[in-house]
Amino acid sequence: MTTVLTHSALLTRRSLTALVRQPIYLGVTLIQPMVWLLLFGQLFKSVVEIPGFAQGGSYLEFLTPGVVAMTALFSAAWAGTVYIDDMERGVMDRLLASPVSRSAMMNGTLAYQSLTSIAQTSIVVVIAFLAGARFAWTGVVFTMLAGVLLTVIVAALSNATALLVRQQEALIGISQFTALPLTFLSSAVMDTSLAPHWMRVAATVNPLDWAVVVSRETLLGSPDWAAVWPRLLALIVLAVVMAGLATRAFRAYQRSA
Amino acid sequence: MAAPALQAVGLRKTYVAGRRTDPVVALDGLDLEANRGSILGLLGPNGAGKSTTVKILATLTRADSGSALVDGVDVSDRPEEVRRRIGLVSQRPSSDPMATGWENLVLAGRLHGLARQEAEDRSAALLGRLDLSAAADRLVKTWSGGMSRKLDVAIGLAHRPTVLFLDEPTTGLDPEARAELWSEITRLTQEDETTVLLTTHYLDEADKLADQVAIVDHGQIKVHGTPEELKSALRGDAVVFELTAGSDAGMAVDRLRSLAGLGEVSIEGSTLRARADLGARAVPLALAALEEIGVEVASATMARPSLDDVYLRHVGRAFEAVA
Repeated sequence: MTTVLTHSALLTRRSLTALVRQPIYLGVTLIQPMVWLLLFGQLFKSVVEIPGFAQGGSYLEFLTPGVVAMTALFSAAWAGTVYIDDMERGVMDRLLASPVSRSAMMNGTLAYQSLTSIAQTSIVVVIAFLAGARFAWTGVVFTMLAGVLLTVIVAALSNATALLVRQQEALIGISQFTALPLTFLSSAVMDTSLAPHWMRVAATVNPLDWAVVVSRETLLGSPDWAAVWPRLLALIVLAVVMAGLATRAFRAYQRSA
Repeated sequence: MAAPALQAVGLRKTYVAGRRTDPVVALDGLDLEANRGSILGLLGPNGAGKSTTVKILATLTRADSGSALVDGVDVSDRPEEVRRRIGLVSQRPSSDPMATGWENLVLAGRLHGLARQEAEDRSAALLGRLDLSAAADRLVKTWSGGMSRKLDVAIGLAHRPTVLFLDEPTTGLDPEARAELWSEITRLTQEDETTVLLTTHYLDEADKLADQVAIVDHGQIKVHGTPEELKSALRGDAVVFELTAGSDAGMAVDRLRSLAGLGEVSIEGSTLRARADLGARAVPLALAALEEIGVEVASATMARPSLDDVYLRHVGRAFEAVA
């Protein structure tokens, strides 16, 4: 057990070191959520004035959880590209033929993605605050947690896809194909009570929407806990299941290798 | 005598490529054995089953049937145990380009269970031996191909494995870098009595490095022995005639076959090969005979048997080096 933890930590550090060494990539990773927040914030500023828009606060306050979730989704969707780089070199085979367990290999990338998500969430919350949004501080903790859980779900899916398709173009295509629909079938940028009925139904089974709801309810004070807890629980369960399934995908990779 | 470091019996492996294509038989009852501290060279054409053999022994894939022991441990029963004992240098570069040489080595050591201090000491020693210390703190993506390949070998040896798998270690390197890597591999593996399974496309590499050579074709070992044994088993010298363009090769073959003291006559394009008990006597006789029937010879060479000849004999076609 301690070996798995040590190995996971060593592999997480490998990814963090590589990130810090790519200043442009690091910069984009950190600046992108800011741009989204300010751009969407301006563009859709007046939607809060539409009759029936649920939230009382400013659009920026409404949007912040949406940008946190979108950032988690779009960053984590790329997680699998690291695996494919490793496969194209001999790194993947070398690790698979070493005492490093498959779960440590999976944990390493999930932990790295989670740390990235925490950094991105912090930036979004701070920028929103500077731009005038006000939040309940317990909500910030829930927001971080929701961001991390969504990251784990999506990164595990991306890693599993990488292990199954083993091709950069296919992985990126699949990620691009799913990311935007997931975003717009949720309340990330728009109150779904103003959307068609089928979209509201779709949002209830969308993990991105679960994360947005958990974050938004808790950030804006006086949360509806009956909406928060089931979604948070669903996020936790799905994260564990996805990480487990993704670890099993190593078997499929080795069978066909 | 101690148990062999590597032992495979009757390995079979079939890949299903697609629904409409027939399954590909990669291994068809392959047997193999390597003694402790020895270097076993696996030679064979592409698709002969060399890589599949390495993958099974390194626990990356499973055989359909047959058994394999690495350092006495069964690869399918206790793969985790096997992984502690082996190092793998695959065909492709296996370092992380965004990390320094030092970081790559220390990480490899630690992932194999060395404590930090141990991993650092071992890394410093390996970098020093391989003359890579000056580059140790630079990102590997800035290293030359030869340096990066040396690092791959060092990574494979970081944890002092009992068995090291070297898959095409010098493919793509210039002659100087190849020669250097050969001597490093020999030295480093002798020090720790590491057993090495070497797969290679280069006959000279196998001749130079390997204590034992096994020639693989169609998923089976065709012949196995020391390079010297294999060469002397051929008995006699290799004789090669290059015919000029337009010569009647068929007639030349028939004529040479009728000569005494010359055997195993074969033709490939305009190259006539034969084997002679005494090359120095057979060549002038053959030249005279060919002239008699009007076949012009552009060149004639005679050589002691090489691994190329061994290969030709057992695989049935000349070896094509992929340079």
